[in-house]
Amino acid sequence: MRIACPYCGDRDQGEFVYLGDATVQRPDPAGQDAALAFQDYVYLRENPAGWHREYWYHEHGCRSWLVVERNTVTHEIRSASLCRPVQMPGTMQTDSDTEAEAGQ
Amino acid sequence: MRYSALQILKQGLTGNKGWKPVWREPDPKPEYDIVIVGGGGHGLATAYYLAQEFQQANIAVIEKGWLGSGNIGRNTTIVRSNYLLPGNLPFYEFSLKLWEGLEQELNYNLMMSQRGVLNLYHSDAQRDAYARRGNAMRLEGVDAELLDVDQVRKLYPNLNHANARFPIHGGLLQRRGGTARHDAVAWGYARAADQKGVDIIQNCEVTGFLIESGKIAGIETSRGTIRATKIGVAVAGSTSRVMEKAELRLPIESHVLQAFVTEGIKPALPGVITYGAGHFYISQSDKGGLVFGGDLDGYNSYAQRGNLATVEHVVEAGVSMLPMIGRARMLRSWGGVMDMTMDGSPIIDKTPIDGLFLNCGWCYGGFKATPASGYCFAHLIARNQPHEAAIAYRLDRYETGHVIDEAGHGAQPNLH
Ligand SMILES: Cc1cc2nc3c(=O)[nH]c(=O)nc-3n(C[C@H](O)[C@H](O)[C@H](O)COP(=O)(O)OP(=O)(O)OC[C@H]3O[C@@H](n4cnc5c(N)ncnc54)[C@H](O)[C@@H]3O)c2cc1C
Ligand SMILES: [Zn+2]
Repeated sequence: MRIACPYCGDRDQGEFVYLGDATVQRPDPAGQDAALAFQDYVYLRENPAGWHREYWYHEHGCRSWLVVERNTVTHEIRSASLCRPVQMPGTMQTDSDTEAEAGQ
Repeated sequence: MRYSALQILKQGLTGNKGWKPVWREPDPKPEYDIVIVGGGGHGLATAYYLAQEFQQANIAVIEKGWLGSGNIGRNTTIVRSNYLLPGNLPFYEFSLKLWEGLEQELNYNLMMSQRGVLNLYHSDAQRDAYARRGNAMRLEGVDAELLDVDQVRKLYPNLNHANARFPIHGGLLQRRGGTARHDAVAWGYARAADQKGVDIIQNCEVTGFLIESGKIAGIETSRGTIRATKIGVAVAGSTSRVMEKAELRLPIESHVLQAFVTEGIKPALPGVITYGAGHFYISQSDKGGLVFGGDLDGYNSYAQRGNLATVEHVVEAGVSMLPMIGRARMLRSWGGVMDMTMDGSPIIDKTPIDGLFLNCGWCYGGFKATPASGYCFAHLIARNQPHEAAIAYRLDRYETGHVIDEAGHGAQPNLH
């Protein structure tokens, strides 16, 4: 697999470290039901067969955290973006975009 | 038909015309008392023990492909019980004890070979860790021996003992560990279950669950609806996909693990060895091929094949431990989809849906667990109570904090 780092360009997967699911959101520790919300955030996963939004860290490159969209069945990668802009409210790709192709 | 030396002689003298198919191929009935989803090792073992030990009848195993198409036919066949934690040790030792009598019980040649499993250590700290593990094992009545470097050299003269960076200081040996033939385990359980009247239905994919007022009522399959009030799911790498149909979100990620085999060579490795300075394990099959594996590829995958980077990484670790394998040609590599849990330990439990039971989370250690997993899952389904050996494998342990993290890596499935 090759990941197109927005900063460094097309790079071998071996330069990156994988963290996992990028769709889970850290809950508010002061919120109601925080304990349950944290068990959800830390442990429970959609684990889809199909498109998956996931974190990769470009350790042997620019050291940026990326959000990559990759197909878990074919290993095809269709996008990679720097973490910060992706996570800003309003700029996040809607879930329906990714779900449309999930499970194919 | 009972298999025996006499039977082989008799069939041989009569042109081998009397052998019968090993199991029936029935059509699914509209209703069963118990349905097991997944015809891998765990599903087949569950069906067998339900019929044999827990006197249940009217059972079906529903398999989407053919028997042995999943991880049961893809693993590196290592059987052992050298675990550390209280939740795991009794379970895996129970399993090893079942393995020790399994060929006689199933009347099937599983090529069970207790050739010993040796974990190498390369530093003082690692020796301490293995001494602790060995002590934990012995406290549970499990065999464990801490070997020094000379004892290891005697057993395995061809290892890279004087590796400048990772010299071998010794190893933890479990002599009762070893290997068994993976396909034969599926076939042996299938045959024995079939003989007990279990319907094994292949090429039948489960596509949904029938749930009526919070209780399980049956399954939808590619061959129609099958009703049952008790359903056990044991689909390994496909767990999230199948349980999603019952709207369950699980502490599981599916990851690909690769394995490799070389051309056949003369006997070189009498037992199983694991490397302490890299993730690598190896044994020699009875055909002579060196069978080995290492790390997961490390990212979520349902592909049943991995990437070249991992091939390179595993082979590098192998060559640093056992330089001679650099001269052997690799014949094949393949991958299987692992049901990795967040703490690296399995789940055998009820679900929030009455009558729906779950067996999953075997990571890449589920082959050795096959007999105990089947036994304990059958116990749970038949009696609605967990078996004492599997009492820690609860689905809610992530919520309550009772995780069983053998490796101490935290909630990071690709590291377990
Ligand atoms: C490369 C590799 C090496 C390994 N090495 C070892 C080892 O040395 N020692 C060890 O202890 N373990 C090892 N393992 C792990 C072990 O193989 C697995 O943990 C174990 O086989 C999983 O249980 P199973 O046999 O029931 O799984 P499987 O054989 O995968 O069975 C699950 C079955 O469910 C079926 N299924 C899926 N979805 C559906 C559906 N919708 N409807 C109907 N059926 C369905 C699948 O087709 C499959 O046949 C290894 C695994 C791999 C891949
Ligand atoms: Zn970069």
